[in-house]
Amino acid sequence: MQFKRPKTIKDTQTHYCPGCGHGIVHRLVAEVIDELGLREKTIGTAPVGCSVLLYNYFDCDIIECAHGRPPAVATAIKRCQPDKVVFTYQGDGDIAAIGTAELIHAANRGENITAIFVNNAIYGMTGGQMAPTTLIGQKTTTTQNGRDRKKQGPPLKVCELLASLEGVAYLQRVAVSTAKDVIIAKKAIKKAFQNQLDGKGYSLVEVLSMCPTDWKVTPKQAVDFVNNEMKAAFPLGVYKDV
Amino acid sequence: MSKPSKKILLKGNEVLSQAAINAGCGFFAGYPITPQNEVPEYLSKALPEAGGIFIQAESEIAAINMLFGASASGVRCMTSSSSPGVSLKQEGISYIAAAELPCVIVNMQRGGPGLGNIRAAQGDYFQSVKGGGHGDYRLIVLAPSTLQEIYELTMNAFDYADHYRNPVLILGDGILGQMAEPVELTKYRPIVDLPEKDFVLDGCKGRERRVIKTLLLQPAEALIEFNEYLKKKYAGIESELKLCQKYRCDDADLVVAAYGITARIAEGAVDMARDKGLKVGLIRPITLWPFPDEDFRAVAEQAKKLLVVEMSNGQMIEDVKLSIECSRPVEFYGTGGGWYPTSEKIMEKIESVYE
Ligand SMILES: Cc1ncc(C[n+]2csc(CCOP(=O)(O)OP(=O)(O)O)c2C)c(N)n1
Ligand code: SF4
Repeated sequence: MQFKRPKTIKDTQTHYCPGCGHGIVHRLVAEVIDELGLREKTIGTAPVGCSVLLYNYFDCDIIECAHGRPPAVATAIKRCQPDKVVFTYQGDGDIAAIGTAELIHAANRGENITAIFVNNAIYGMTGGQMAPTTLIGQKTTTTQNGRDRKKQGPPLKVCELLASLEGVAYLQRVAVSTAKDVIIAKKAIKKAFQNQLDGKGYSLVEVLSMCPTDWKVTPKQAVDFVNNEMKAAFPLGVYKDV
Repeated sequence: MSKPSKKILLKGNEVLSQAAINAGCGFFAGYPITPQNEVPEYLSKALPEAGGIFIQAESEIAAINMLFGASASGVRCMTSSSSPGVSLKQEGISYIAAAELPCVIVNMQRGGPGLGNIRAAQGDYFQSVKGGGHGDYRLIVLAPSTLQEIYELTMNAFDYADHYRNPVLILGDGILGQMAEPVELTKYRPIVDLPEKDFVLDGCKGRERRVIKTLLLQPAEALIEFNEYLKKKYAGIESELKLCQKYRCDDADLVVAAYGITARIAEGAVDMARDKGLKVGLIRPITLWPFPDEDFRAVAEQAKKLLVVEMSNGQMIEDVKLSIECSRPVEFYGTGGGWYPTSEKIMEKIESVYE
């Protein structure tokens, strides 16, 4: 079997750290876009976060949004061009802290877009501060003794939160920390794009992902952290499928 | 003989909304706030009927970011709000200016700061013309003073936005939004050439993919160069688009300067002064940015003194003084806190400063 670069990924080196999950997620999204033949009708939105530069890697139209605002931007693009395919790609700070309002309302309106949410339980780009999804006890540069439920609250669970919204069509939490997880993640992402083609409404795939750099661990330890800690706090599975 | 004009009675907010539709606005997003609610109310019905898209956004932040997406889709788009809501839009306005996306933003100003009140005010001049958001950017700011002018300037706003690839702000106030007067809804005609929108993101079929972004990291000089480019673009707008109206200025010893509804009230005071034999005129900037500084300088050559009148405690006065390089004394009469000045009060001030 030959391991080829998807057409939707540019032939270039990424800026992601060794062991980072973003590269895997990029590849899966690009493979799905290729397989569904969507590259020439896709408009992606870049968030603010480590994946802000995703336009350097994706070979399709991309708009870079203000921090947290991709759901609002994507809403308008899809409404203006319903025949195109629109996806958002957001980190946990982007989607579940500064952009919570935009997320919930785009989801609740049932905007017919595909959302990829990369949950690495930390603020990657700004150097490892607490994210809304940081685990209890997890040490970050702004929770140096570990996240304290009493002070910072528990980690925010986006799939569980959105599951109650009638406008949402599809929610699945996956991981990219084992080969099996990657296969499941790709299926989920494909479904989230297919849903858009079928006009089903808002579909979101949450991907538990590694950030060895800001977790201050090795890539191998980062994989273990996702498998042992994150999956316990954020159970994998389908949260909604209508 | 020309046909008698067909005027209809509408509120300012409705005139503005209909002008947007007539100019081909295809997308509106906004969040309710008094005194501009008639805009989203009108457009929620009329815009979809005209084939456009209306979204009541979850906040002003979402609304301006929806414009970011709509404009990137190549659609003429508008958002409307009033002072506190326009404050929330500033982040998005900075991004839109940086991305050079055309759009129209409306501010029907109300009293501030804070929640203020819901009466008319002009306290957002600084925010509008000096850049309320971060970074070195400029908005084209249009200040109508009649409903007929709201109609025309709103249509023009879409043209300027497309022509210069820049957001345009229409700066009104609670009185202009709420008052009704007969307006002739003339046919829309572009007033500048409208370049092809080669930035639109509509899928990369048959072309290289496109990116709209405002982060410029590499090379290190990229942002310097981009800001230099913007500086030139803004200088170009300044050389082309300074709009101003003068009234009875030719022999005036005292020239009153005011914009928007305040200018209209001041016009009444100028007439009263003229009736009493005082040589008083009025200068009314129509573009607040670019500020019509040459017109001010020309007026100051003749006049002995200027009197700035604003529904604020003095904001535009700074640009007036700068324009004439303080070559004449500049008096001020202002009403902050959401109250409008009357012609009588302005007349009193004219008499007290007239030499
Ligand atoms: C309005 C605004 N506030 C703060 C920032 C700084 N900032 C950049 S990225 C980021 C956090 C990104 O974290 P996340 O969304 O989890 O993505 P990751 O980098 O982990 O992939 C922050 C706070 C910003 N760019 N804009
Ligand atoms: S800081 Fe973390 S999320 Fe960012 S590129 Fe490095 S590993 Fe990936």
